[in-house]
Amino acid sequence: MDLNTVTEVRLARTRSDLSALGPTVAVLAGGSALYGEPQHHLTAVVDLTTLGWPALTVTEAGLEIAATCTLADLSRFPAQPGWEAHHALFDCCTALYGSFKVWNVATVGGNLCAALPAGPMTSLTAALDGEALIWRADGSDERMPVTSFITGNKTTVLNPGDVLRSITLPIDAVRSRVAFRKIALSPLGRSGAVLLGRLSPEGTFVLTVTGGTVRPIQLRYDARPTAATLRADVLAITEWFTDAHGAADWRRGVSALLAEEILEELA
Amino acid sequence: MKFDVNGETLDVSPRAGQSLRTLLRDNEHFEVKKGCDTGDCGACSVLVDGTPIHSCVFPAHRAEGRAVTTVAGLGTPEDLHPVQQRFVNAAGFQCGFCTAGMVVTASTLTDADPADLPRLMKGNLCRCTGYRAINDALHGVSNVAQPGCAGRSGDGASGAASGAGCAGHDGSGCPAAAARAGSASTTAPAPGTVAPGTAAPGTSGEPVTGATALLAETADPSTPAGTDAPADTGRTAPTPIIRSVGTSVKAPAGARIVTGQERYTLDLAVPGLLHLVVLRSPHAHARITSIDTAAAAALDGVAAVFTHENVPQTLFSTARHQNRTEDPDDTLILDSVMRFRGQRVAVVVAESIGVAEEACRLLDVAYEVLPANFDPSLAQKPGIPLLHADKDATESRIADPTTNLVAEMHGEYGNLQKGLDEADVTVSGTWQTQRISASALETHGTVGWLDDDGRLVLRTSSQVPFLVQTEIARIFDLELDRVRVFTTRVGGGFGGKQEIQTEDLVTLAVLATGRPVQYEMTRSDELTVVPCRHPMRTRVTLGATRDGHLTAMHVELLSDTGAYGNHGPGTMFHGCAESVSLYNSPNKRVDAEAVYTNNMPSGAFRGYGLGQVIFGVESAMDDLAIALGMNPFDLRRLNAVGPNDPLVITHVEGDDLVFGGSYGLDQVLDLTQSALARGNGVAAPSGDEWKVGEGMATAMIATIPPRGHFSEASVTLGLDGRYTLSVGTAEFGNGTTTVHSQLAATALNTDPAEFVIRQSDTDVVPYDTGAFGSAGTVVAGKAVLAAATALALKLREGAASLTGIPVDEWMLEADGLRAGSRFVPLADVAASVVPAPVPQTVSIPGGRARVVATPVGITATGEHDGAQRSLAFNVHAFRVAVHTGTGEVRILQSVHGADAGFVINPEQCRGQVEGGVAQGIGTAMFEELIIGEAGEVLTSVLRNYHLPSLSDVPPTEVYFAETTDGLGPFGAKSMSESPYNPVPAALANAVRNAVGVRPHELPISRDRVWRLLNA
Repeated sequence: MDLNTVTEVRLARTRSDLSALGPTVAVLAGGSALYGEPQHHLTAVVDLTTLGWPALTVTEAGLEIAATCTLADLSRFPAQPGWEAHHALFDCCTALYGSFKVWNVATVGGNLCAALPAGPMTSLTAALDGEALIWRADGSDERMPVTSFITGNKTTVLNPGDVLRSITLPIDAVRSRVAFRKIALSPLGRSGAVLLGRLSPEGTFVLTVTGGTVRPIQLRYDARPTAATLRADVLAITEWFTDAHGAADWRRGVSALLAEEILEELA
Repeated sequence: MKFDVNGETLDVSPRAGQSLRTLLRDNEHFEVKKGCDTGDCGACSVLVDGTPIHSCVFPAHRAEGRAVTTVAGLGTPEDLHPVQQRFVNAAGFQCGFCTAGMVVTASTLTDADPADLPRLMKGNLCRCTGYRAINDALHGVSNVAQPGCAGRSGDGASGAASGAGCAGHDGSGCPAAAARAGSASTTAPAPGTVAPGTAAPGTSGEPVTGATALLAETADPSTPAGTDAPADTGRTAPTPIIRSVGTSVKAPAGARIVTGQERYTLDLAVPGLLHLVVLRSPHAHARITSIDTAAAAALDGVAAVFTHENVPQTLFSTARHQNRTEDPDDTLILDSVMRFRGQRVAVVVAESIGVAEEACRLLDVAYEVLPANFDPSLAQKPGIPLLHADKDATESRIADPTTNLVAEMHGEYGNLQKGLDEADVTVSGTWQTQRISASALETHGTVGWLDDDGRLVLRTSSQVPFLVQTEIARIFDLELDRVRVFTTRVGGGFGGKQEIQTEDLVTLAVLATGRPVQYEMTRSDELTVVPCRHPMRTRVTLGATRDGHLTAMHVELLSDTGAYGNHGPGTMFHGCAESVSLYNSPNKRVDAEAVYTNNMPSGAFRGYGLGQVIFGVESAMDDLAIALGMNPFDLRRLNAVGPNDPLVITHVEGDDLVFGGSYGLDQVLDLTQSALARGNGVAAPSGDEWKVGEGMATAMIATIPPRGHFSEASVTLGLDGRYTLSVGTAEFGNGTTTVHSQLAATALNTDPAEFVIRQSDTDVVPYDTGAFGSAGTVVAGKAVLAAATALALKLREGAASLTGIPVDEWMLEADGLRAGSRFVPLADVAASVVPAPVPQTVSIPGGRARVVATPVGITATGEHDGAQRSLAFNVHAFRVAVHTGTGEVRILQSVHGADAGFVINPEQCRGQVEGGVAQGIGTAMFEELIIGEAGEVLTSVLRNYHLPSLSDVPPTEVYFAETTDGLGPFGAKSMSESPYNPVPAALANAVRNAVGVRPHELPISRDRVWRLLNA
């Protein structure tokens, strides 16, 4: 929709162009979230896509995903030798409520910064122990786990003027086996719960619960837990919530079920 | 900046923050539609450098230097893109408002894996079709009659059964194809999977059935249903009969719709247009103590500001009916009391939407917040806030404003207690339905202006232009002929546009400013303030003898009409009508009440109350079948009203409602039961956690609303030898334009494509009550047929007077009239007859229209008053699998039996059934407007209000009864609302059968099912 209070679009070329950001000047990435709801508080937007960040960069440390990388680019990222988790990139894109046409514009960073519980890029990057790189408004850089970056339903650690620069998925994580489950109130509907399990080559097991909880929750085990343990631990999570996409008790119940399926798949 | 659109370079300056969608529309690319403006519905889809995107969430500045392709750039009506041709051939649209985006998206998927299409199409929502026809388009299936087989049965009735000329035609579009459909296929694959070598999921494996044999019968003019047809005089060389009724003639607008050329309400550029924005109430119940408009009015670009202090003080109802007293007069254009969250507080008219929004923010409003009640069960209790205590009960027609009671109905037939005492088995339960949004893809909108004579003109998205004209004239104290209301093609309605939602404000603004004004509602407006389906609580108690005969039936209804009573009485009465009279019981009682609450207003939506009550009654009947150990189909056979039984609600109904010689319940029960027994080869998912069950439900509906539905139509043979059909009813995807052209063409023995059709314009065509109550075929169609039949006689008389050959000798052909070896071209007949004076005004009870532009030529008129009404039946059945661990309900088989009488256009009628079923599935499984503690609607965008997408709607096998109605044209009955009505109950009954626990609440969502099993 038209953002009628916005009177200026600044095309960022360097980091210094981001100094314009503030309470009434927002970051524009893909636009599918920003232009998807009224933003009457805004007077200007700063377009990040003109910074020209490479979307996906493979390094020895893993995969660096620019905040401006589109879901379309992510979904098409080619398989890398030994990257057992590769399929999760596409899987998690399919958990976006938006259509494949939205994938063509929506960005990984935008999805994270919106911090919706159903945000599938949160699911993906949290599950793969992604590390967020934040460009703080004061010019400093800060890195933190995605699980810390998202603080609640639609809240993050970002302050006005801060920008999410990238997310790095560590190499150990992308080389782990990953199982993905999503459930919604309709076959392809907005997620009620998205769970990913990760079994590292060393045998450690991490379950990441998103969608049904207000923020990503991780359960970490040195080895595959028993089904009963995992189930009990999922049921012990307290941060379930109710909205149009599912009641909290259902989210809790089906998450326990999906967790067991994941455990079985990663046997 | 410069960018290309469909090969042409645009040099424009987008506003900062503008979306590509509005930039394109500002440049008259009206083919780019707005369905949601939030990136959810896909109606605005375009290609940018070949990549499909939702243009409503695409920043306009990013189009610089790029090539944009809209649906109009893919092809033209004369030169369709292959995908556009597929949508035409498949009849892959109804209102067509979503089609531009559908086609753009589909154009990028021609190489896609068919199994992936549900995912790839999930961002394109259609509210009309139920997706089967769209899926057919995606898979290249053709469903419309092809040239050469469009009902041309010159070799007599047997033509219907021959395949001549139809080779390769694989849908139900022509009678020959329909003839193949004696038994349903059992090979439809599971949703979401594709069996090798079979049809893709949801495509039309099978055409509709039933109408074929009937077609053969009715081609004989001696049968009752054929009496409307042109008579053959029995000469040795009979005139070829071009009989398009009974065939799947394609919609006349098809090529324009698939290319984006069809114009909808707001698809026009108006110089000097002002825009209107409404400030809405932040409180569910409050009194405005002051509004300071000074800052808003002073803002540059503001043309006018309206508050409750400067608008007419005439009470009205937003609901429109033929008889305006059916709804309470409880509404003001702008009121000083806010009765629901989101009610209009004030209105700003300005040079742009942005300026008007800014001015709204500058309005300084003070409120005295009042206590609010959101619970209909508390509405009549002492101490509960009264919403309309300031109204006079008689003048406003509110049953009791001092107890929030809008309408009530209490009555008993026989003796309920005696019936319960006599029962061997009793069952009872309470069933609750939810708020549902009609969600036509085109939001409500009106653009208005003053014409050269200073008359008010409203171009509006309405199902009822004539009723809008009448009420606008009343509210603003205008002479009726100072108001012209018309619609273009309307982008969906479903009852939601049987309302005044935008026209009053536009009138206000146009009259005050003298300038053209547009008001376009947002999708959030649609989901938060436009009236929703009435939530109803139905308590049903049934008693029966051991052998299954009903002895007692008690229906208690509480309907939440919300803050205003529009459609409140009507849906309450209708809800308790055919749901109760469907069954014979010597003892019946109905206690129904509709009450005000501080919730958003409820209104009209497909089925008009019936679906809600049927959910309760048919669930209770299912419980009774279980208690009796009886098959649910048999329980209906035993108790359903028969063709010779009286219709009883709380007393024997009046003789305006009859079976019309077309009782088809027995057939649709048989068709549905046998289809379910036959199965469709779709297996339940494996695993112990999946439980399989079957369920069915029945519905009856009167074919026309009670107390009069009027239509007058005219058909003119112009001096150029062409026919013009003029009819008042609006086209919103219901397909009446096609049906009317078929009816007129059959009466005049010509091709439906030969008609120029004018419709839904109070200046141009005769009066019509409106496109609601499923009246388009059986009322307006009847008027059209009468007009065309009268014209046919006039033309034969014209030929007779021209030649001296008696009238009886003349037969109409497509190009002229023939009597033996004599042939007179149509144009000669038209020229020979001095045109009779045509009526300049048409007076109908409750309405009057000025007819200023009747075409020159020979005109005949026809009318219908809808006074006699028939009854139609629908039976739906499901086989489902229910996952006990997640609550997922998977529909394995969906079967619908429809008693539509003679089916005038099988593909369109099938589409109406499928669309109704899809909305029923949405109601049964997904859709719910959720209201928060302060009365705010939490589901204010489509991503939070789940309209069914392609992946959510399984194919439904549709079976038509072979009945012929004595009242409808060619034996047709209405079939638009009714397919919706049995669906939620059928699903509930199937779930109950699968898991042994009964749902009592809609939607039967996964979390609710899970809780039934795991709580």
